[in-house]
Amino acid sequence: MSISQYIFWFLSFVALISALMVVFSKSPVYSVLSLIMTFFAIAGHYLLLSAQFLAAVHIIVYAGAIMVLFLYVIMMLNLNKEAEPHKKPYIQIISFVAIGLLMVTLIGTLKEAEAIAPSNIANNVGGIGTVEQLGKVLFNQFLLPFEISSILFLSAMVGAVYLSKKNLQ
Amino acid sequence: MDPLLIKAIIVLIIFAITLLVATYSTWGERKVAAFLQDRVGPNRAGPGGLLQPLADAVKMFMKEEIIPSVSNKWLFILGPCISMLTALMTGVVIPWGGDITLGGQTFNLQIVDLNIGILYLFGVVSLGVYGIMIGGWASNNKYSLLGAIRASSQMISYEIAMGLAIIALVMTTGTLSLKEIVQQQDAGFANIVYQPLGFVIFLICAFAETNRAPFDLPECETELIGGYHTEYSSMKLGFFLFAEYINMFISSAVIVSFYFGGYNFPFQHELGLEGNWLTIVQTIVFFMKVLGFVFFFFWVRWTLPRFRYDQLMNLGWKVLLPLALVNIFITGLTMWFLGKI
Repeated sequence: MSISQYIFWFLSFVALISALMVVFSKSPVYSVLSLIMTFFAIAGHYLLLSAQFLAAVHIIVYAGAIMVLFLYVIMMLNLNKEAEPHKKPYIQIISFVAIGLLMVTLIGTLKEAEAIAPSNIANNVGGIGTVEQLGKVLFNQFLLPFEISSILFLSAMVGAVYLSKKNLQ
Repeated sequence: MDPLLIKAIIVLIIFAITLLVATYSTWGERKVAAFLQDRVGPNRAGPGGLLQPLADAVKMFMKEEIIPSVSNKWLFILGPCISMLTALMTGVVIPWGGDITLGGQTFNLQIVDLNIGILYLFGVVSLGVYGIMIGGWASNNKYSLLGAIRASSQMISYEIAMGLAIIALVMTTGTLSLKEIVQQQDAGFANIVYQPLGFVIFLICAFAETNRAPFDLPECETELIGGYHTEYSSMKLGFFLFAEYINMFISSAVIVSFYFGGYNFPFQHELGLEGNWLTIVQTIVFFMKVLGFVFFFFWVRWTLPRFRYDQLMNLGWKVLLPLALVNIFITGLTMWFLGKI
């Protein structure tokens, strides 16, 4: 095996173990910390695929911002009690089915993903993940989806600000 | 010689210099504070108190190490480790000088030139808060928890304005590599000429990110005893304090590289120096600039009073964030009128 294969197996091992820890650890703080480990392992996978930009943004956005907020909320609400009320069985079944359907959808999407692979990076295999390539693809070929998703984020932000206003009419 | 070996030596030297500068920053800070308050400052250990950092280190190591019985032991130990680790990781992408030629081989004084250097820096800085948060939470102390919560919300708030200030810089330089940014400033003016507003925003955010006064709310002793490190003693406390000094040194280095020409100085090519000599002079100039900013950090700390917490949040969200957006807008408009885009 080459060294990148060893790294791949190591990262996959870390990612899976820490992802399982997220689900099985009883304390929410440990769950969040294991989730951060998972994100690091996935960022390592991005680096193996020579997508440095994606890896850096992954760390900045998920590990650096979102998980800090998660940890912040958990610490502030002091959710560290292990005696969480037991959920009713039908709720568990519903959530199981919902997550299963989500997984099927994701797998289906990813199987089709090859068909819409951007055309102009095929002839530049070496620098697929660099900022320049990604920027060119995003702002030429996928401009409309990119802008639409940013509008989606903007509307979510406006909604959150509106909900957090104290004197709602 | 093996290039890898040379890199390892450069890493070791930079590691040692970072620790040395951080150690003597503690001495420098106390001297500056003493000067501003019309005192003498440390003057017992060695000439001018120069051995004071050594005495402090011995004190830190010899003190009893206490882990509170109700705390979360592993996370309690992990907190200062993460703080120290993230503080030291940022030095990797900073260009400390130009090329040096040894025995026919040329080496760069930067540890690694990432083409996403700025993003790397930003990522590591955003991870720095975990040390404080985990340490503060694991102490199982109300004051520590309050300090940790303050630290996290403060860092999140100021990271946004900082990122937007960097975006304006990236727009004018067109690169994410710190080495290229520094080299561009050799040919033209220093970036502060193009980004004065961005520099001010970045500087204020750097103060907030390093938890220095007037933004040292997470450890504000008049309200929170010691903030997130209330329960810490011995060298674990030392790690937290030391990480702050390292962060200050690295932030100064980043500010100099981004906005003040890095290791370049005016008329450097008219001096008649070449090769290694020029690189050595450049590195010395770089460290002088950096130490100048470290002094600025001290100066502000002992001059300005601490913010109130709501003032801090208002400054971050209602002043710096819109200003940073306006800065991006102005930068874009100017570049458009000058025909650069």
